[in-house]
Amino acid sequence: MEPFVRHSGKAVALPRDNVDTDQIIPKQFLKGVERTGLGPALFYDWRYGPDGTPNPDFELNRSSAQGASILITGANFGCGSSREHAAWALEDAGFRAILAPSFADIFFANCCQNGLLPVRLLPQEIDELFRRVQAAGGDYALTIDLEAQGVEDGHGFRTQFGIDSYRREMLLRGLDEIGRTLLEESRIAAFERRRAIGTAGPVA
Amino acid sequence: MTPRTLFEKVWDAHSVHRLPEGPVLLYVDLHLVHEVTSPQAFGGLRRATRRVRRPDLTLATVDHNVPTGDRALPIDDPVSARQLDALSANAGEFGIELFDLRSPNQGIVHVIGPELGATQPGMVIVCGDSHTSTHGAFGALAFGIGTSEVEHVLATQCLVMSQPRTFEAHFTGRLAPGVTAKDLILGFIGRIGTAGATGHVIEYTGDVIRAFSMEERMTVCNMSIEAGARAGMIAPDETTFTYLAGRPRAPAGAAWTRAVETWRQLRSDPGAVYDTRVSIDASTLAPQVTWGTSPGMVTDVSGRVPDLAQFQTDAERSAVRRALAYMDLAPGTPLAGLRIDRVFLGSCTNARIEDLRAAARVLRGKRVAPTVHAMVVPGSQQVKVQAEHEGLDRLFREAGFEWRNAGCSMCLGMNADILRSGERCASTSNRNFEGRQGRGGRTHLMSPAMAAAAAVAGCIVDVREWDLAAVPPLEPHPLAPPLHVVERGKGGEV
Repeated sequence: MEPFVRHSGKAVALPRDNVDTDQIIPKQFLKGVERTGLGPALFYDWRYGPDGTPNPDFELNRSSAQGASILITGANFGCGSSREHAAWALEDAGFRAILAPSFADIFFANCCQNGLLPVRLLPQEIDELFRRVQAAGGDYALTIDLEAQGVEDGHGFRTQFGIDSYRREMLLRGLDEIGRTLLEESRIAAFERRRAIGTAGPVA
Repeated sequence: MTPRTLFEKVWDAHSVHRLPEGPVLLYVDLHLVHEVTSPQAFGGLRRATRRVRRPDLTLATVDHNVPTGDRALPIDDPVSARQLDALSANAGEFGIELFDLRSPNQGIVHVIGPELGATQPGMVIVCGDSHTSTHGAFGALAFGIGTSEVEHVLATQCLVMSQPRTFEAHFTGRLAPGVTAKDLILGFIGRIGTAGATGHVIEYTGDVIRAFSMEERMTVCNMSIEAGARAGMIAPDETTFTYLAGRPRAPAGAAWTRAVETWRQLRSDPGAVYDTRVSIDASTLAPQVTWGTSPGMVTDVSGRVPDLAQFQTDAERSAVRRALAYMDLAPGTPLAGLRIDRVFLGSCTNARIEDLRAAARVLRGKRVAPTVHAMVVPGSQQVKVQAEHEGLDRLFREAGFEWRNAGCSMCLGMNADILRSGERCASTSNRNFEGRQGRGGRTHLMSPAMAAAAAVAGCIVDVREWDLAAVPPLEPHPLAPPLHVVERGKGGEV
């Protein structure tokens, strides 16, 4: 996983609540066996008409949105299915961070597993960012600093965000979580032994 | 000792170690695997030359992407076939038991776990599917995970997780006739919202829940995720033990007696404190029908599509405007009388034998409206066999329903079972998201009885207005074998 320490980039706004993973990546793109190459499927049914032509009204299709690496969106982003393809598609389309008032739990975890930083800000901060993106005509950049846990635009918007220290550490160092857990092998084996002799169990 | 909730007891019993940064290494008792969210996980193991730590605690089946037509025919879609082949190869390479398309035990992963007795009280159960919350009906802590976490569990049999908060959903009163477990959970989601329980594990309590069968409890826990919850749980009781007794993967003999003794302790202690608590009078609930593109956009069948003025914020109004445009509905339209084109009776929410019986009871002696295309997709091949023993297949076919093989089917439309653009569907599934059942398709979620009634009427109807009093409830056929799985060994050999 690529570490996330600090990222500056163009931000795009998708001011909708409850964007579900069926919208982020529709089911027909879940049939593959690889985790790469899913960027073109991102928001497919919103980006393209039934005949495959781009929908000019969709926020991410605007010319000003091209090259964006930060997505600012509404509450409960990523609700619904557990498909990690949603995080893979965002990452493959060039996104490094998503800013929203709240995220669905499984999606949040999936982002962290892929070096895609989910940032929870206050609803009024997200509203302010929507206003700033609009005022800038779409040409709007942000810097997200995970080490300092801050977001700023260099023009007066500056705030802090919270993230649990385990996730932060894994993202900052780009660590392999499985490798980290395998270091606990002796503890896992001891737990299994305790259960086998009945001193720990499904219920204990 | 501090009183603990059911969730806290199961959580504590599976905490291997607390990491210095705060989260816990949580041990997993049962890992369910399916074809769509696992290939990249196995690929990761292979690249890192890692093994599956506990293949004996891992169980695989094919469900999301499988055709539900004739199993003797080859699979039309080569991409789907490749994904099914990949699971077969991965299960073989890593020594994991697989119930494939030839297996009499194949079915939706959340239907077959309980059916086999593999799902048991007090377990931690995970699967790369958000509806894993279904298994919480047995007093297990069961939740969906992404593919990276699937790989993590395959490699370590553990997950790194921060402790969720607790939520008690307490139901008082009794359900009125014609109101089901599906209506209870839809009504609950309508009340608290689709993010109302984010970060929480819900425990469902109260006399209504106690009176529910295991199948009804599974319907309730299944949709916990639609309220944003990590998981839903119900404390096990005699209903749970009766359901599990004698199932192939349940403990037997002395081990069964010991297990039941332990399972009886799986209940929240008096005085245990929940972070959030909601109490709902179940007797006020009517049959529920969704009108929008999120499960929280739901109301009584006797209700109307809401007016924009009923919503408080700009964000809500813009979401509702969008949803109504997608659903082609005008504010104020009564839900009853809305014409439908398709009926889908299936999914991990409502495709177990009791669901099929409830729908069949409504259909007896009636015909599906000529304008409606209706299908039944049993939750598992075992449910299908059971239903056929009870003659339900004939009843469905004679009424004009298609009778298909088990799978997720049109709940998410990964296979050929999809809505065409503009088609309106009465569905017993769990999500009415835009395009979920097919691009441009319009989904109305409801109970099996309501979906069956809609099939006959050709439009959404209030099943309470149908005189079902004269129709006795459908019971298991006295000569039918109980729904116990005939196991034929590994690898899906028949």
